[in-house]
Amino acid sequence: MAASIRFRDHAVNPGVEPVPSAELPASATASARDRGASAAPSVERVYRHRLPVRISHWLNVPFLIILIMSGLQIFNAHPALYWGDRSDRDQALLAIRPVQTESGEVKGLTTILGHQFETTGVLGYSNGMSRGFPAWATIPSGKWLAMGRQWHLFFAWLFVTNGLIFTAYALASRHVTRDLTPTGKDWRGIGKSIKDHLILRHPSGNEAKRYNVLQKLAYATILFIVAPLIVLTGLAMSPTIDTAFPWLLTMFGGRQAARTIHFIASFSFVGFIVIHVLQVVLTGFLNNIRSMVTGWFTVRHEGVSHEA
Amino acid sequence: MKPERMERRQFLKGTLGAAGMVALSGCDNLTQSSWFPGILGKAERLTETVQRAITPRDALAKEYRAADISKNFPANGNTDPGTEEYAEHVAQGFSDWTLEVVGLVQTPRSWSLAALKELPTRTQITRHDCVEGWSAIGKWTGVPIGDLMHQVEPLPSARYAVFYCADVDDEGVAYYESMALADCYHPQTILAYELNDAPLDIPHGAPLRLRFERQLGYKQAKYVTRIELVDSLAGIGGGKGGYWEDQGYEWYAGI
Repeated sequence: MAASIRFRDHAVNPGVEPVPSAELPASATASARDRGASAAPSVERVYRHRLPVRISHWLNVPFLIILIMSGLQIFNAHPALYWGDRSDRDQALLAIRPVQTESGEVKGLTTILGHQFETTGVLGYSNGMSRGFPAWATIPSGKWLAMGRQWHLFFAWLFVTNGLIFTAYALASRHVTRDLTPTGKDWRGIGKSIKDHLILRHPSGNEAKRYNVLQKLAYATILFIVAPLIVLTGLAMSPTIDTAFPWLLTMFGGRQAARTIHFIASFSFVGFIVIHVLQVVLTGFLNNIRSMVTGWFTVRHEGVSHEA
Repeated sequence: MKPERMERRQFLKGTLGAAGMVALSGCDNLTQSSWFPGILGKAERLTETVQRAITPRDALAKEYRAADISKNFPANGNTDPGTEEYAEHVAQGFSDWTLEVVGLVQTPRSWSLAALKELPTRTQITRHDCVEGWSAIGKWTGVPIGDLMHQVEPLPSARYAVFYCADVDDEGVAYYESMALADCYHPQTILAYELNDAPLDIPHGAPLRLRFERQLGYKQAKYVTRIELVDSLAGIGGGKGGYWEDQGYEWYAGI
């Protein structure tokens, strides 16, 4: 309860324009620069993440890692992807397989849309074993489809429950409209934001209090596109669910197509996680972690613009 | 590169690497523990309860067009029982093959293969979804199991139908499967004797195999010789309701 009371009294929400005041002008960065050396650097504490967001975020860390790794265990039972309803071996979009060369050596081969790559050591053959993804990427580490399914289908329930609670909260608390929906100004600045991201220049001062446009788009895409897609394609692979909701098969173009989309969506999650963690490290690891643990984020207002 | 950047990178690499190792070995330890798989297994009951609640009892699995049939329908698991007794049946064209329906029924009965083929048939072009991830489409013809049930009249105490098979694994363990009695009455639950308009071949379960269209491939018992209605699956095989279930696969294979 303490957290929510504190929030009501002092919260500065990331999506809300910073409160203009004598001490904190709306364009803080510019005026700080104008004031030059005479402006003493100041540190502002901002209540950035509310408790439900924090809880849901940290629950997702183990949930997603387990779902991805147990998912790869399941994928390894038939390491190939197709479109449509059937899995015709000669029509695979992606296939990972071990191949024995004439010298008796085993190589891992990955074929994507007809292009073949040697992926020995990672895909197809790793650590002396013929397997799609390597042992370090799967739960359990050894080949064990039945157990991989147990992990996957258990944590799928937790992930979906967490996701539904979070989404309901995010909509009801207006977290979505306030913090995750890009504003007109955001859209106009998207070119600059992309450039800044590419040269790893990050917002500072008051701009760091709110999500930037690419951040908003990344979170909103994950929440409203990738996560629903991964759940629905997962359900479309269930023969029972397909009888209850036949439109799932129609929507995704068949059960094997759903399996392929499920795989692509899971790697979208992997890509998101990699970039997300990288950004967390690059934009002040401890500050970011603290804000996701306690809610409180520190923003520095300096005489000169923050060194990128 | 600035030293600070380098440290960060090493820190990141080290942290992620260490966290990954801890997570992975932690998961393997949990998998091996005596208690954790039991917790994971709770999801099966939840999945079954929810799926049964939202799926209309007689909702049909999608039936496909003849053009959709797989050119090559893979045969998984056992592709030949390999016993002398079975070889004898093959030699005689399965003329002596019988199907018994016994257990908690009013009138136990048995049918020869020829007698089964005299009963009203059902043909369906359906998708077979293997637990491994692949799918194949085939045209199955056979006898609705519900029709057999109407003839033997299950007793009120019957809860499951257990399917006994003619095949054994490398260690001599017999194959068997089971389903809820209610699922036997689903219109697409049939004992098939034809695949793609030809008598079932040996790899696909000749002469009789189960088609239980709303669940995964490992439930589709092959070489079926006997159906027994029971009130509990305990004490049969490994007690989990099927050969694959005894190996750790879910009994409720709806997903």
